[in-house]
Amino acid sequence: MSNAHEVVEKNVGLMIVLTLIAVSFGGLAEIVPLFWQKATTEPLETLEPYTALEMEGRDIYIREGCHVCHTQMVRPLRAETERFGVYSVAGEDVWEHPFLWGSKRTGPDLARVGLRPITEQWHREHLRDPRQVVPESNMPAYPWLQETPVDWDLTERKLLVFKNAFGVPYTDEDIAEQMSKVNGEWANATEEDALVAYLLSLGQERKEAVQ
Amino acid sequence: MSDFWSWFIIVIVVINLLGCGGLLLWNNQISAEEAAKETTGHSFDGIQERNAPLPRWWLFLFIGTLIFSAVYLVLYPGFGKFDGVLGWTSDNQYQKEVAVMEKSTGPLFEQYGQVAIEELVEYPEALAVGGRLFANNCAICHGSDARGAKGYPNLADDDWLYGGEPDQIVTSITKGRKAAMPPMAAAIGNTDEAVRDMALYVQSLSRPDLAKDSQKAAAIERAKPKFAMCAACHGQDAKGNIMMGAPDLTDTTWLYGPRVEDIEYTIRHGRSGHMPPHENLLSKERIHVIAAYVYSLSRNADTAE
Repeated sequence: MSNAHEVVEKNVGLMIVLTLIAVSFGGLAEIVPLFWQKATTEPLETLEPYTALEMEGRDIYIREGCHVCHTQMVRPLRAETERFGVYSVAGEDVWEHPFLWGSKRTGPDLARVGLRPITEQWHREHLRDPRQVVPESNMPAYPWLQETPVDWDLTERKLLVFKNAFGVPYTDEDIAEQMSKVNGEWANATEEDALVAYLLSLGQERKEAVQ
Repeated sequence: MSDFWSWFIIVIVVINLLGCGGLLLWNNQISAEEAAKETTGHSFDGIQERNAPLPRWWLFLFIGTLIFSAVYLVLYPGFGKFDGVLGWTSDNQYQKEVAVMEKSTGPLFEQYGQVAIEELVEYPEALAVGGRLFANNCAICHGSDARGAKGYPNLADDDWLYGGEPDQIVTSITKGRKAAMPPMAAAIGNTDEAVRDMALYVQSLSRPDLAKDSQKAAAIERAKPKFAMCAACHGQDAKGNIMMGAPDLTDTTWLYGPRVEDIEYTIRHGRSGHMPPHENLLSKERIHVIAAYVYSLSRNADTAE
């Protein structure tokens, strides 16, 4: 054995260990420190936890695959801030589980859609038939949302998981209040109501920055 | 970033760079006996693996990347807490980009802002800018051709809910508009027949030919006296009122559809068209330019007729 690298090449176990060390460097230097950075772990002061209705709307957003075509991440580029609003910062998404940044920008970015001058009525008409209001749109229609009642069975558990596992600062009173609304004013809410409530909530934490 | 994490990153980066460099050096030191061999001794179906060193061009590229990374870490942030001598951040790159754009467009908007809208329509460049701003901010409801959709007014015709003079357009964009047609079924008799009669009457205002049908003529006559309930907003002559955004019912422009069914729906449920205010989203000058663009569209409609 006259060549030093033969030691590595002929010991598969050693090679695996050295390979793992080599590939872990990038993650260790670029990702691991972020777990302890205030900018990525502390929510913005203006951030509000989702209401039960918005929480269900968010799950409908995920179920219908909205995040496959719509991002929620305004990049620090003038062309994007001009079109959508102030660029995104990590503190907005501390309570997002899972985050819905997306990567495929087929439709417009939605991170600030709640701050756009768009009425609730427009959102409803647009979800039922996008081409009714935007003839060039290639977004699918979601007409069944207006007829499907929200399934509230798991809502309380979702809120509790966000509180206990993800550290979203819901108090027991908050959850009780949300659940009383679920059994009261939202008892007959449709999936469209929930999704529109969620869409209108997007970006509210940056309201001050826009104005 | 705390000192601990700063050093954590610095140590990993240094180990990484030294490790890569060391690997190169280590591989460079081959014994004379090894270097003299023609092949590695591996043979597969008669194909032999030659014992060649790393190609030189590849080796120099590798050394080049090491030098590049060292230079990069001096210039840009990446070495723990060290900000890099250029002081680059993604935010200041963004601010610079905005400032550069502001510098070139700012005086332009200022110049356009000083020209009255009636005159600004003679500036093709201003209208092109206005068109782009319209596409970005207004087209979502009013359409990319500004011809609107059901419930969203057509801005390219010469028919205006809140007035088509330049200052009225500017007010509509700046402050927004809120129309509120209440449900009227109860006020006009609350029966299906009364609602149908009124819908026919409203339709007949722009279509006198309906009266030729004797059945419809009777319905129209029945509804006529009840129109007093509607006249508060739409006017005795049904010509509408731009103070409230009450549409002219005698023309052929229908915001919510021309069919009897559409009109019936409006009478039963009311309508509440809502144009959101834009004063917090767009600068005064930009609103001025958009207004000029919108104003130019209806002027084109004039000349087309």
